[in-house]
Amino acid sequence: MHHTLIALVEDKPGVLNRVASLFRRRNFNIESLTVGRTAEEGVSRMTIVIDTDPAGAQRVGAYLNKLVDVLQVEELVAGVAVARDLALVKVTVGGHDKASLLRVVDETRAHIVDTGEQSMTLEITGEPPHVDAVIARLKPLGIIEMVRTGQVAMRRGDTALSATQYS
Amino acid sequence: MYCLRAHLVMPIRTGAQIIWECLVHEGVQTVFGYPGGAILPTYDAMLDYPIHHVLVRHEQGATHMADGYARAGGGVGVAIATSGPGATNMVTGIATAMMDSSPMVCITGQVPSKMIGYDAFQETDISGIALPITKHSYLITAVEDIMPAIKEAFHLAKSGRPGPVLVDITKDAQQASIEWEWDPAPVKIRGYRANAPVVKTDLIKAEALIRAAKRPVILAGQGVIQSGATREVLAFAERIGSPIAMTLLGLGGVPASHRLNLGMMGMHGEAWVNHAIQEADLLLAFGMRFDDRVTGNLKTYAPTAKKIHIDVDASEINKNVAADVGIVGDLRETLKDLLDFIKPADHSAWVAHINSMKGDAAVRDIQALPDTGHLYAAHVINDIWRITEGKAVVVTDVGQHQMWEAQYYHHDSPRSLITSGGLGTMGFAVPAAIGAKMARPEAEVWAIVGDGGFQMTQAELSTAAQEGVKVNIAIINNGYLGMVRQWQEFFYDRRYAATPLRSPDFLKIADAHGLSGFRVESRGQVNDTVQRARAAEGTVIIDFRVEQEDSVYPMVPAGADLDAMIRRPDNSVLAETGADKN
Repeated sequence: MHHTLIALVEDKPGVLNRVASLFRRRNFNIESLTVGRTAEEGVSRMTIVIDTDPAGAQRVGAYLNKLVDVLQVEELVAGVAVARDLALVKVTVGGHDKASLLRVVDETRAHIVDTGEQSMTLEITGEPPHVDAVIARLKPLGIIEMVRTGQVAMRRGDTALSATQYS
Repeated sequence: MYCLRAHLVMPIRTGAQIIWECLVHEGVQTVFGYPGGAILPTYDAMLDYPIHHVLVRHEQGATHMADGYARAGGGVGVAIATSGPGATNMVTGIATAMMDSSPMVCITGQVPSKMIGYDAFQETDISGIALPITKHSYLITAVEDIMPAIKEAFHLAKSGRPGPVLVDITKDAQQASIEWEWDPAPVKIRGYRANAPVVKTDLIKAEALIRAAKRPVILAGQGVIQSGATREVLAFAERIGSPIAMTLLGLGGVPASHRLNLGMMGMHGEAWVNHAIQEADLLLAFGMRFDDRVTGNLKTYAPTAKKIHIDVDASEINKNVAADVGIVGDLRETLKDLLDFIKPADHSAWVAHINSMKGDAAVRDIQALPDTGHLYAAHVINDIWRITEGKAVVVTDVGQHQMWEAQYYHHDSPRSLITSGGLGTMGFAVPAAIGAKMARPEAEVWAIVGDGGFQMTQAELSTAAQEGVKVNIAIINNGYLGMVRQWQEFFYDRRYAATPLRSPDFLKIADAHGLSGFRVESRGQVNDTVQRARAAEGTVIIDFRVEQEDSVYPMVPAGADLDAMIRRPDNSVLAETGADKN
């Protein structure tokens, strides 16, 4: 089962290595891991998706908390969190496929971000299952290149996760 | 203008000087190390500071000495090495300290910062290598970052769950100078909290489980020693009349002679202890981590027991064994709080039941057995216990001798047993014993070590001789890598692959170092030789030629149920008694 963990970490060299090393050492498989800045100076935010059971997710949270450079850890509960994934997908445009492709674009709120002579590049944004579904529809049309950012996520509602909330 | 400013100017210090200034401010008196190119500026500065440097013969020795120093003395051990091979030689010692939560700060030199990444001579990514085996690690490339890193390193090493911290400092950072003075402000690291405050509702839940228990067992681990909770554990045990089972690293945390102390649990624990755990209805885990060597098969472990787990490390709660109540906090503080809630109880029937399982083997009274002319390790270790009146600091390696030590040397005080438990490091004992002796010069220190492990780090005899420290080294010499041989006997049809071991003449090794050496081949020689060794000046070696194919009993095979123990065969000289075999 997929679990989504948020880690607020020090924006320092080597922190990503410490986090990644932890997952490898403790024998957890990372489905996706994204890192980026936050609104707080010196604080980066990781969204980590792992495939494990609830006890495993609890262990990972505790191990992450032990890392000196990790400031806050939270597991997001599906339903009370907003999650987004972004994919860029380059699809071949060969004659009769173009109409089907444009229909997929139209029906899935995908954006055409680039067109070449024989290909079209689409941007798909949404909840990860939505992105999965669109990719599944594009596959028969001929995907020649694809990249996904991995999931980013945030609690719904007014409460916020902050590096300074407990200190 | 310049005159006004003059008295405000701080003294100029090099990075190398700052390292020593910091160590002095941290109260360090002894460091263990080995010089080399990338750490040379620091060694040059060393001569101007009042810190004793012990020159080791291999950097692994420096880390084990620092570890033994920390565990015996209760402070932080410091090891120093150069870059590259100097640093990588520390890896085993760092991992040993990590697994046994020993507070240690390792300082390594690194190639100049501009050369990092270019595969320079003796360059290695030690902060990367050490990352999963340290509590935290630093790569310092600027002189102004040295003091914060060393202050944090000491704070991290000794607070919360202790552990090793590595500070890798580039040569140019050691050489550069700044205006500098010691900052006495306490360390604050925003991502680190050593201790969580105890949650009162958890104490109330724990109290309810304790009140309801009929068959409680306290599981006392190294946390008892590290938090200094001996008195609180005893007060708790006596209040509710609960028996206490010990982990290997917990030995000494509760006096072995206390009426409620059952002895060691686990793979080579006492049979009655393992049976008591399996029959218990409440386990009170105090500063222990349910290691596989103490639980056996987790699926059948203590099946009828509720579990209360108190540990300073939150990640230990629910890691191996699910806790009904998990309390994160310093053990001593937590027990103090908990004792306010706990009412006296009487479990004397339960204790009597466990005592009845002990049978005649309860005292492990092997002294009374007739001398058959054979020399058993158990006799040797039991004799050393008797002769030293149980007051020595004993340091062991890993293997059969380690388990016999745990069974036959009865520890009554904290920090009197120092052993590589978690990592199980051969070669630990001799250097760690040297470190222990330097931390506690007044103590009688014994290294009990196998013939295999002794040879892994015997070069440190040279260090002991150079330092003039007295460590009594008992080599339990059975001509085999004994514990591996035992597994081959039990589980590999006695196919002794690579376990027979030819050793040099250990007396000549001692002699070559200008040290005394003795050999013991029969039980009748043990007493006199141990006394002579104790009286001899400087480090001594006793080569105990013990029974070659003796095994450690009882034994829970790896992964088996905790009460599924292999027992000593009846025809053995050291046969356990019938009453012990239920």
